[in-house]
Amino acid sequence: MERELRLMKGNEAVAEAAIRAGVDGYFGYPITPQTEIIEYLMEADPYQRTGMVVLQAESELAAINMVYGGAGCGKKVMTTSSSPGISLMQEGLTYIAGAELPCLIVNVARGGPGLGTIQPSQSDYFQSVKGGGHGDYHLIVLAPASVQEMADFVELGFDLAFKYRNPAMILSDGAIGQMMEKVWLGPQKERTTILPEWATTGKPPTRKRNIITSLELDPNRQEIFNLKLVAKYNEIRKNEVRYEEFHCDDAEYLLVAYGTSARVCQKSVELARDKGIRVGLLRPITLFPFPVDPVNRLADNVKLILAVEMSAGQMVEDVKLAVNGKAPVHYYGRIGGMIPTPDEVVENLKKLITEL
Amino acid sequence: MKEVTGIKEIIKPENLAYRKSGILTDEIMHYCPGCGHSTTHRILAEIIEEEGLQHDAIGVSPVGCSVFLYNYLDIDWQEAAHGRAPALATAIKRLLPEKFVFTYQGDGDLAAIGTAETIHTCNRGENILIIFINNGIYGMTGGQMAPTTLPGMKSSTSPFGRDVRSMGNPLKMTDLVATLPGTYYVTRQSVHTPANVRKTKKAIRKAVQYQKLNRGTCFVEVVSNCPSGWKMTPTQANSWMEENMFPFYPLGDLKTPVDTSEQQSNTVKND
Repeated sequence: MERELRLMKGNEAVAEAAIRAGVDGYFGYPITPQTEIIEYLMEADPYQRTGMVVLQAESELAAINMVYGGAGCGKKVMTTSSSPGISLMQEGLTYIAGAELPCLIVNVARGGPGLGTIQPSQSDYFQSVKGGGHGDYHLIVLAPASVQEMADFVELGFDLAFKYRNPAMILSDGAIGQMMEKVWLGPQKERTTILPEWATTGKPPTRKRNIITSLELDPNRQEIFNLKLVAKYNEIRKNEVRYEEFHCDDAEYLLVAYGTSARVCQKSVELARDKGIRVGLLRPITLFPFPVDPVNRLADNVKLILAVEMSAGQMVEDVKLAVNGKAPVHYYGRIGGMIPTPDEVVENLKKLITEL
Repeated sequence: MKEVTGIKEIIKPENLAYRKSGILTDEIMHYCPGCGHSTTHRILAEIIEEEGLQHDAIGVSPVGCSVFLYNYLDIDWQEAAHGRAPALATAIKRLLPEKFVFTYQGDGDLAAIGTAETIHTCNRGENILIIFINNGIYGMTGGQMAPTTLPGMKSSTSPFGRDVRSMGNPLKMTDLVATLPGTYYVTRQSVHTPANVRKTKKAIRKAVQYQKLNRGTCFVEVVSNCPSGWKMTPTQANSWMEENMFPFYPLGDLKTPVDTSEQQSNTVKND
């Protein structure tokens, strides 16, 4: 299967990209607004195409633990869900992080708390980038802002997950999952037959037995393990920061936004510049690691920073930490499944400028 | 000098009556005296060795007393979160279908927190072996009431005995999974006498061999004791188990493979 241009929903693009990336297994459970992913996979019959296993689990709990089992075998395995389902998966995710297993989780987020709404939201930011489950750990978090990135980040997510033996998450939302855009899909890749040496594949006589576990009763040894994780996260912070700048070179004011909010803010920047307001946009592509240095550097030259997000103010905390007092940092957002309009963002920015 | 030579004469392979399975590691087991776990571990190790499965076996250990099972058998292991072992095993077997995959779980793990995973794994007929150790109590956390605790039985969370009116009735998971079309072989055994050890070994061996047939889930319950949790000596515990556990959890096959013509009808046989 060759490189191909298609018109697809974000959810469908993730599914097709997974097959083409040579993923070994998908384990999922239906939940709006991401159910098209498992529907697409069942329809596409990837077992016939590549030998990829697709299984509908009895719950998100089972799905994430199937991911644990498959990842423990060194296979490329993934699951997808939306916010309430991702909450259920937090137990599995902390075990996966503790056992240092690579895998990919896609959250097509919706508004909460509780059952909340099925409309798009970015209110799972804290849960995604600060750990989510118990214990000290991080996921590698990628934030797509287009259907193209939904597709591209499948492979990027797996590359990073295997590079660091760490779970990776694509944090999108219902807007990106549901909207249709043109998307370039890569050629079909072979599923890998070479499994990592740490994987449980049945112990050959040539090696010691492999044990996938996150249990250590001796606090001295657990601390050593925790420090190893800390070192890994620092390595990820050093090497894997990804972000995009939009009109930042001459900016007097800076917007920081990711995903759907960044798409909105891109238009806001254009509208503001039409009115002579020199605004730039920094779009974090990795939310963990957060682009701390780029935000800090831009803070030197701007009068004001506005974090725009579809949450009650979550990413803004990381922006403030990154800016470290160099410039005033404000928040604007819509919540509960509402999406801000480009005009709304400009109006709020103008109001803040007059208050400077 | 003569005596030493005598011992050397005796220590010869042809005189060997019994030896530790090569699959068992030299790690000292943490189990209490009289506990059925170590015996069941030994049986499992012997079968894996005798069936030549050391290089193909992938075990999933639970949360509970047998959480450190991965230290005792020299095969590849994954340690699951509490109750989730069948979900792990499902994915392992589907992604590595030629391997021998099994879970080993206690009653709290399999019949309380992991009930959904147990039932759905069996109902899908995943080609794995589930070994279920039922001693009617949470051993690791110090003797709390389990889903399998007998009516009237005392535990630290049922100090006046299990009152079924407020605490519910014990759950017979093995009877339940035997009714599911996905299970191929379901049996209940014990390891408290040499005769029962032999029967359990026969049952687990059958289950291990059946996995090669790809016909569904094999489920072996071992009704066991917990001298520490039950606050009894090992011999008292075994007598108590015979008198109280076996009438409620009768030993024997609950579902045996039927021949191909009958197989579609999913007949449940009770011995």
